[in-house]
Amino acid sequence: MFKRRQILPALVLVGPFVIAYLVLFIYPSLKMLELSFTNAPLVGEGKWVGWANYSRLFRDSLFKGSVVHTIYFVVLTVIPTTLLGLVIAILVGRLKGWLQSLVLAAFFLPYVLPVTVVFRIWEWVLDSQFGIAQPAFRLLFGHSISVWQDPVWAMPSVAFITIWWTNGFNVLLFIAGLRNISQDVYDAAELDGAGGWTRFRFITWPLIWPVTALVLTIQLILQLKIFDQIYLMTVGGPFNSTQVVVQYIYKQAFQTNHGGYGSTIAVALFVTIAALSVLQYQVLRTRSE
Amino acid sequence: MRNRLNLGGALITLVTIIAAILWFFPLYWSVITSLKPEYEVVEPTIRLIPRHWTLDAYVYVFENTPILRWYLNSTVTSAAITILVLIMSAGCAYALSQLRFPGRRLIYGMILVSFMVPIQALIITHFVLMNDFGLINTWLGVILPQLIVPVAVIVYKQFFDSIPREYRESALLDGANEFQIFGRLYVPMNWGVTTALAIITFIAAWNNFLWPFLVTNSNASMTVTVGITQIHENFGVQYARNLAGAVIAASPVAVAYLVFQRRVTDAIMLSAGIKG
Repeated sequence: MFKRRQILPALVLVGPFVIAYLVLFIYPSLKMLELSFTNAPLVGEGKWVGWANYSRLFRDSLFKGSVVHTIYFVVLTVIPTTLLGLVIAILVGRLKGWLQSLVLAAFFLPYVLPVTVVFRIWEWVLDSQFGIAQPAFRLLFGHSISVWQDPVWAMPSVAFITIWWTNGFNVLLFIAGLRNISQDVYDAAELDGAGGWTRFRFITWPLIWPVTALVLTIQLILQLKIFDQIYLMTVGGPFNSTQVVVQYIYKQAFQTNHGGYGSTIAVALFVTIAALSVLQYQVLRTRSE
Repeated sequence: MRNRLNLGGALITLVTIIAAILWFFPLYWSVITSLKPEYEVVEPTIRLIPRHWTLDAYVYVFENTPILRWYLNSTVTSAAITILVLIMSAGCAYALSQLRFPGRRLIYGMILVSFMVPIQALIITHFVLMNDFGLINTWLGVILPQLIVPVAVIVYKQFFDSIPREYRESALLDGANEFQIFGRLYVPMNWGVTTALAIITFIAAWNNFLWPFLVTNSNASMTVTVGITQIHENFGVQYARNLAGAVIAASPVAVAYLVFQRRVTDAIMLSAGIKG
């Protein structure tokens, strides 16, 4: 069933990808698994310690804390950004021509910016002394707020900024989804006298649900991997109140030189994301059926 | 009735426009701040238009940081990542889509599986590997771990799958070999996909923070995305300078998006699995 004269060209064409894949993906994955059973430093050999790292993981209150903070971040971002994405997509979808392009660009532009730029922007906007957001805080709460130093405000602020930064992506997926809903359905409903809310509730919402489910799972997997914003804005503080899982990997491996234990945390993250990805496949499959 | 509807519609449009302006405002405010003198930046009055326009902050950044070097690092590594990812992915996708060879299903299966793996989990072993290769603080060290972009293979494969087989068959009859069919027929027929993927791969590489941050620790080898966090001041915070650095770092990707808007959005939808 293989065609002889296709085999050689095929091997040449897949070769570079497969080699890169083996060296930069398969090998590091297996190596991570191996390291997770050792007490290796970041660079250098370690001794085999069996399941010791794993039992430590279950007793480690900093790890548990990082899991809790990650889940808190997920709760603060995933559903809000999905719903906001849908609302903005509906609003943008109503507009026509250049106005639509302009408004969409305003909502989407933050998404293409590097995270360090996003950090610089919001560090300035929220600055406790000179930030332009402070007058609004004073109006609403009666005093200025140093969001990064306040355990109550730190995580919601990072979540808010993350939504501002990445929401354009969701808007885009929803706009594509909304375009696929036939106008005839709406016209028929309008003839039947259905109002705006009724149309949304009984036409838009059920028909857009597959896209909503897709966005929810993409966001869930994405936000569990949060690191950059936290590291830049709060460095896990104040009092470790925003330390998240990827940052804990970084801290163990790169700051305290525990490559072995860091790998164990990485394996835990790996397993969680892999399990959720299986869920995502299911969602995608139901969508294409 | 009609009138009331229009009024309601106009109101929603107005709300949408105001929301868009608020969403965009932090960007405007940051750019404007970078164009003010530092003493005006910290004035208590909010000035949406600077009283004095100045490029002082930019001059400072260019004179006191290795930003041109960072720019060079970013440009070289992002361009290399883009070119290598596209060549490897297109070649692999063509073979998977058009050729029958042993291991084909295995490779395809592995690509699908790799979607499940968070690249963040591999930072430790990537670092160990790059250290073994002696590539810490080098362009190659920044580039290599970023070459794993399985979604590019999947997108190319979808497009190659949809090309009618008659093209391939008649090219074979004309005596073309597989490399010619790939390079002169399938790739040129899909320039649109290549440009779209090129733009988003480049933007993603330019914006990547975690890996370049880990693999570079000397000032001279940083990418601009990492480098701008190194603009420190000796006397208090100098926001105009910080923001000037940010504007410089963001300009290439922001301009790329504004110029190729349609292509960027198409590419994002393609790689999310939604055809626009």
